[in-house]
This record gives sequence, structure tokens and C-alpha cells, in this order.
Amino acid sequence: MSKTPATLFDKVWDSHVVRKIEDGPDVFFIDRHFIHEVTSPVAFLGLESRGLKVVFPEKTFATADHNTPTINQHLPVQDPLSANQLKALESNSAKYGISHWGLGNPKNGIVHVVGPENGITLPGMTIVCGDSHTSTHGAFGAIAFGIGTSEVEMVLSSQCIMQPKPKKMRLVVNGKLGKGITPKDVVLYIISKLTAAGATGYFVEFAGEVFEQMTMEGRMTVCNMSIEMGARGGMIAPDETTFNYIKGREKAPKGEAWDKALAYWKTLKTDEGATFDVEHVYDAADIEPMITYGTNPGMGMGITKHIPTAAQVGGSKASYDKSLEYMGFHEDDVMIGKKVDYVFIGSCTNGRIEDFRAFASVVKGRKKAAHVTAWIVPGSHIVEAQIKEEGILDILTEAGFQLRQPGCSACLAMNDDKIPAGMYAVSTSNRNFEGRQGPGARTMLASPLVAAAAAVTGVVTDPRELI
Amino acid sequence: MAYDKFTVLKSSAVPMPIENVDTDQIIPARFLKATERKGFGDNLFRDWRFNGDDTPKQDFVLNNPIYSGKILVGGRNFGSGSSREHAAWAIYDYGFRCVVSSFFADIFKNNSLNIGILPVTVSPAFLDKIFTAIEKDPNTELEVNLPEQSITILATGDKESFDINGYKKHNMMNGFDDIDYLQSLKSEITAFAANSPY
Repeated sequence: MSKTPATLFDKVWDSHVVRKIEDGPDVFFIDRHFIHEVTSPVAFLGLESRGLKVVFPEKTFATADHNTPTINQHLPVQDPLSANQLKALESNSAKYGISHWGLGNPKNGIVHVVGPENGITLPGMTIVCGDSHTSTHGAFGAIAFGIGTSEVEMVLSSQCIMQPKPKKMRLVVNGKLGKGITPKDVVLYIISKLTAAGATGYFVEFAGEVFEQMTMEGRMTVCNMSIEMGARGGMIAPDETTFNYIKGREKAPKGEAWDKALAYWKTLKTDEGATFDVEHVYDAADIEPMITYGTNPGMGMGITKHIPTAAQVGGSKASYDKSLEYMGFHEDDVMIGKKVDYVFIGSCTNGRIEDFRAFASVVKGRKKAAHVTAWIVPGSHIVEAQIKEEGILDILTEAGFQLRQPGCSACLAMNDDKIPAGMYAVSTSNRNFEGRQGPGARTMLASPLVAAAAAVTGVVTDPRELI
Repeated sequence: MAYDKFTVLKSSAVPMPIENVDTDQIIPARFLKATERKGFGDNLFRDWRFNGDDTPKQDFVLNNPIYSGKILVGGRNFGSGSSREHAAWAIYDYGFRCVVSSFFADIFKNNSLNIGILPVTVSPAFLDKIFTAIEKDPNTELEVNLPEQSITILATGDKESFDINGYKKHNMMNGFDDIDYLQSLKSEITAFAANSPY
């Protein structure tokens, strides 16, 4: 019997539907559930008030990240509210038998960094977390997306959520990326073309030569920002790069189980002839280092270009003007040369070892600009250890930078890592929303190379001039 | 958590004709530190609503006494960004029961339906009509009729229908939530899990 050609997304989604509800969502089974301190406490309260248990505690993994300090982690957390949330995560995990990597645990780090690096994230899985950047795990050919706290409670109590199946979009980038062009630039470029809402209602598959040649770290950066184009998630078909990354990681299958898993994973790709609701094709040669100039991730541009006018961008002029006014920028401004006060490298988008290698490649032999404050925050303790082992820390120290401890940090500024009002930050994180990095903070999203170039020159600089 | 049943809501509305209102604006991250679901309404649109010294910003719509009601009307791509359900909690806690826009971000829409806020998607032209009607008379009432799946500007009689799946509609009209439903499928889910390779 010949099968109808299916997309990667269809294969994984359809194999997880417990029940289809007519004129309603699917009852959707979840293989892995990550929780952190901010979006889980109310879900546990809900369980208690209903008298429910966690049905499969071995499928849920807890790590503390959003609220954690990035210095002096050995000391008690100063902010009583943050400390309370961290304590709640610890006690809820203990009560229900959930693995918990809290502050001080060598496995601790940002949820979307520690899942993959410990082999918890595997191809073909369905993965959710009360965090929109759960889309990161799609880099492994998993269906992974963010959920709300009500849904966290659903997963804890039933291992399922109620989810309408999204439409399908394929984003293809062919060709070869130029020197100094990173995965972050690729995804910022796509978002600038599609807008911040261009993929809302869709699940995205990234395909084409550029993604095939990308490392797992790069693929995670790309899938991480699927949500910033409005997509629920994005995924990339697993291949040898994926399998090599996973093999030998702590929780990855071993021996016979590995062989069996591998045979299945090799079937996880879009069949010839399978169709998508929408497809866009881009050319790698058109992508240059990117930077954002506004207050949503769709407001990105090539670093050598001028800020577009409202008319060129389309949409509401009032909203566009409000955005530029917040940033203190004007239509037709050149971004190169704009003063930078803060540089942040880290987050679930760019907090992996490759990102720090890239940053170090630019700052090596140079010095941090005197007026720039730089926060260098690894995504996990494992990344932190790699930074030290590979000699990157020495390069950073020599150039006048300090390494902080792992956590979400200035990406959302829940801890003390807040950019002061009115200050300009070049940030490798994922959102440039008003106040995201602190009330009044002005964020320019960019790659680790652009961040490094800004950190040593003190102004927005094309990194290709320094490498 | 149980919520009020939703059938027909007749109310004036608060206009917010801004595009891409993200959940960091609806509730900034620094107010997500509670371990209980209460008090989020106080910080709804915190940084648009208050100055750094906690005094109200006079030009922000929630501080303008001529606008009130249980319906919030927002510009295109409302609720984008972070998955924080706290954004929906803040809107509910402040007193809104319905948000109208021409386009919603997916996670915000799901979160709203899960806690008893009805997201109503209208055409861009109808959204403009609502903004115009409110501009003309801030007391203009809208009628959101869930059983009929329609929204009407009462002053002008302009009416449009909206989509919602039958399952969610039934839940909203009865104040049911998904957790109760999923508990009823326990044996089916356990059997499914037994065959999972993970």
C-alpha cells in the first residue's frame, strides 16, 4: 500500500493525537515537559485545589533560570519574591517526584539549553514548556512549543493538552552564507521579511542548504526565534549532524535502544511530494549581518542599510512612529556608528558554546570599549565549563570582560540584570519589546559577532570589518 | 480554575488602536514573581499606565475616565511574544471579559480561552468601525453574543460574525475547563502512553 506523502510535522503531530474532537482541538500527548520557577507555581496550586497528582513525573524536568542571579549564586537569593519562586519550584518538584536542577546544581541552566545538552530532547518528540522559546527544541526534529500555565497544569495532571493542529509553512534558504553571517542573522532576516506576525497560525519547517550545513547550536538559534515570526514553533529534519550531537549524552538512548531509535529518527523527514500551506524561498547571498531598529523582532535590517520609512514597511504609521520614538531613532537613519552603552551575550537564543567562540573570535587581541558595560552570561554550567576549558575565558579576561553565571539574565530582566532607562543595548537575545530588558531600555537584537564588534568599538559596527 | 460563564456581553469598550501589543507590555516580566494568581490587574500595562514614580500617565487610555467597560479593543497582532498566562490573568483581573482585535497571537488566544476571556477576531474594516464609533461616543456599547457568534456595534447596528470552535464555545458558555475533560480521558491516555517510545 502506498502512503500519502507526509511532512515531518504531520508525522510527528499525527503520531501524538490521542483523540480527535469534532469541531475542536486534538487531545495531544506530550513526551517531555520542562518547567521553571515563573510559570509553574500556579499550575501546582491548581493540582492541589483539585486533588490531582502528576501522572508521569518522569516526563517532566524542572530547572531554575528566569529569576536567578548571575553573580554570587552560592549566596542566598536577595530578592524575597524571586527566592520564594525558586523555593516553590524546589518543593513542588520534591513533592511530586520531578527531577529538579536548582541553583548550584551542576546541570542547572536555561531550560532550552540544558534539555538538549543532557540528551532529554530527542527527534520525534513532542515537547512543551511554559515558555514561548520552547520552539528551540524543534532543531532536533521535535514538535516543541510554548504553553500557558493552565496547559502546564493539564500536562502535569494528564500528560496531554488540547491543541488545534496548526497550518504548515516551509521556509527554505538555499545557497551559502557569507563570511560573518551567522544563524541569528538568517532568522532575523526571515523575520524582517515575514514580519513578527507573518507565521502566526503556522508551524514552520526550515529547509534548504543553509540549515543542512548548520550546526545544532545554529539550528537551535533559528528554531528558538520561530515564535518571533508568530509561528507556534519551527523544526528541522534530523540528520547525521543531529545524531552525532545526541549520541553519548547522558539521557540519550544507549546500545540497542539507540539503534532502534536511530532507525525511527531516520524516517523523520518530509516526503517528496508532501505539501505545505505556504512556502517561502530565500537566497543566502541576500543575507548580511542583521540588527533591529524598532520594538518588535520584525523590525530588523541589514547592518549597512538605512532605517526604512513607515511607508516602506506598511502597517499602522502611528504604531511605527511610536516604536522609533521609543528607540530615539528616525526614518532613514544609518545604524552603523550609533552609540552602544550595553552589550549582552547569552539567553536561550545565543547562550551556547558556539556563540561564545564567535564572540571571542572578535574580541581576541582587542579591548572592551571603556564606556560599554558588557554582560557575558553562559546558558548553562556546562557551557560555562566549556568556556573555561577552551581558553575563551582567558581571551575575555584579557580583553577586559567578565564572565557571569548561567541564567536568563538580561533577556527579560527579571533578576538584577536590567538595562537602565534610555540606554542602548546590543543584545543577542530574542526580543526588543519596549522595556523587555528593563523599563525604558532600548534593545537592538543582533548576532554574537555584531555584539562583539559593538563591545570593542562602543558603537554599532559591521563585524566583517573586524574578522 | 473556574471562571464565569460567557453568553452575551453588552458593554462599553476601551480602545487601544496600537499594533503588536506584546505580553511584555500587558504585564512586564518583573511583575511575574508571584506564586499565586492574584493582584495581576494592578500591573496591567504597567509601564504604559504609570510613570517610573508610580504616578499615572495621563495620556494612557486606562487612565482616562471617559473610557470604561468589560471589552478591550486592540490593534492587529494583539498578545504577541511571551507565553505568560499572567497577561491574560491581568486582563481578567482588571475586569475585562472580552478582547477584540483583527488578529491575535496564538498562545495569547489559547491562554485567554483557557481562563474565560473571549478573544473575538473581526475584520480590519470592522475593527476600524469600532474605533470610529468609540471615538465618536466613548459610551458606545458593543454586544458580543457567543451563542450566535456575533459582535454588534449597538449605536450603528453594524454587525459581524466571528469564529470559535464548537468545543471551546461549549466550554466558555458553561464555564468548563480542559482539565476536567482530560481527567475523563484518563484510561485512554494511559493506554496511549504505554505505547510511546519515549
